[in-house]
Amino acid sequence: MNKNSNTYIIVYSTIMVVVVALILSFAAMQLQPLQKANAENEMKSAILQSIGEGAGAAKAEDKTAYINEQYEKYIVDSYAVRPNGEKVEDADAFALLADLKKEYGKPEDQRLLPIFVSRSDDGTMRYIIPLYGAGLWGPVWGYLALNDDWRTIYGVVFDHKSETPGLGAEIATPQFEDQFKNKSIFSGDRLVGISVLKGNSAGNDNAVDAVSGGTITSRGVENMIKENLSDYAGFIVKEATGHSPVAGEVDLDVEETPIHLTGESTPDLVGEDEPLTVDQNE
Amino acid sequence: MSKEKEPLFSAKNMKLLTNPLNQDNPIIVQILGICSALAVTAKLKPAFVMALSVIAVMGLANVIMSLLRKTVPPRIRIIVQLVVIAFLVILVDQVLKAFVYDVSKQLSVFVGLIITNCIIMGRVEAFALGNKPWPAFIDGIGNGLGYGIILIIVGFFRELFGAGTLWGYKVIPQSFYEAGYSDNGLMLLPPMALILVGLIIWIHRSWNKNLIEK
Repeated sequence: MNKNSNTYIIVYSTIMVVVVALILSFAAMQLQPLQKANAENEMKSAILQSIGEGAGAAKAEDKTAYINEQYEKYIVDSYAVRPNGEKVEDADAFALLADLKKEYGKPEDQRLLPIFVSRSDDGTMRYIIPLYGAGLWGPVWGYLALNDDWRTIYGVVFDHKSETPGLGAEIATPQFEDQFKNKSIFSGDRLVGISVLKGNSAGNDNAVDAVSGGTITSRGVENMIKENLSDYAGFIVKEATGHSPVAGEVDLDVEETPIHLTGESTPDLVGEDEPLTVDQNE
Repeated sequence: MSKEKEPLFSAKNMKLLTNPLNQDNPIIVQILGICSALAVTAKLKPAFVMALSVIAVMGLANVIMSLLRKTVPPRIRIIVQLVVIAFLVILVDQVLKAFVYDVSKQLSVFVGLIITNCIIMGRVEAFALGNKPWPAFIDGIGNGLGYGIILIIVGFFRELFGAGTLWGYKVIPQSFYEAGYSDNGLMLLPPMALILVGLIIWIHRSWNKNLIEK
């Protein structure tokens, strides 16, 4: 048979593509339930981590069962809120969480934003707000656990899809995350979020240090916190101060990211963050 | 036709395995796969997992292409190679996501990067298409190891001097920092990886004079 004839080539490539497509879709279908369970488990584990629980997972014999059990134990309630501060009790917060990106894509008055409520062993209530935003190369996300005054942060956990190891990816390390503990998202009665600064955050109740070499990812974290909080603002301010936010009480203006990728179609895969170009000393 | 059957680990086959580790190393002699060597070596762990994944994909891709070698139409062989490699990489990614979710998260983008690794295409094109499956498999594993060794060496130095850690554990004692030592941020950036690869090539060639071009 002539291997260079058009017929042979067309038949060969058709068969090859069909075979490959069949195997891949079969594999994807077979593995999907496992992958979905992993992803859900991951979310539960991250929620637990933000309140400092679930640390035994690494040693647990059945990690999934352990996480589920801990989740049932500590997460006592969940509901959703609307940006105007209205509380929606019967919403399925976990389902909303699985597709947070879609929810943030909706017009503001239709958004339903999940909140998880945890009760620790000593009975303290904490409130966990999921975060979703953009880093340098892809999405970043996390969970912000607030103390029951709705002002101070009990703990945070961040994760990312594809930030550079050693640089932007450092946002998912305890060194970065621990800085958020006991910081406040309020300055007086103004909801200001948390700023991620280049140095000099010491003594600043509303700021933490950025990751060196990961400026754009750090800025992405700051923007994520501020943007997401602005949707929760109606509810959080009401819980923290006892009244609906009035003018000037929500101060979450997001600074433009000094990102210089405009005009470039795909960023070079080995490149990293641009140096910080804005003056941080306000 | 009745050629005597070659033993599985004949001297010739062993050479396929060991040559890429030294005299024929894909990174430092053939200068292939540099891009991923720069991208994934900021830390030791991703470098290690990447090396393992490349070894697996390279071995399998070589075997599959070697099995197909008599049927592949020469005019579209590059496309066939790409399909086979991409197929394997997607499969590896799916399996990792389902069974070792943590590792799959570690790798994230790097799994996709394997498709673009020129060493794999190079070995498939240069070796698998002209050899039997077993030697092709050994060749794939050997080249994967040769690639992995360099990745791990570069990752070791970058993590040690860039972050003061190895495999995520602190190894440089706190007293060093108190005495004025500080981590070198440049080590974490890709240019330093290129410089390190250059240094390795230099050292390697001063040991192997026959590799020095006239």
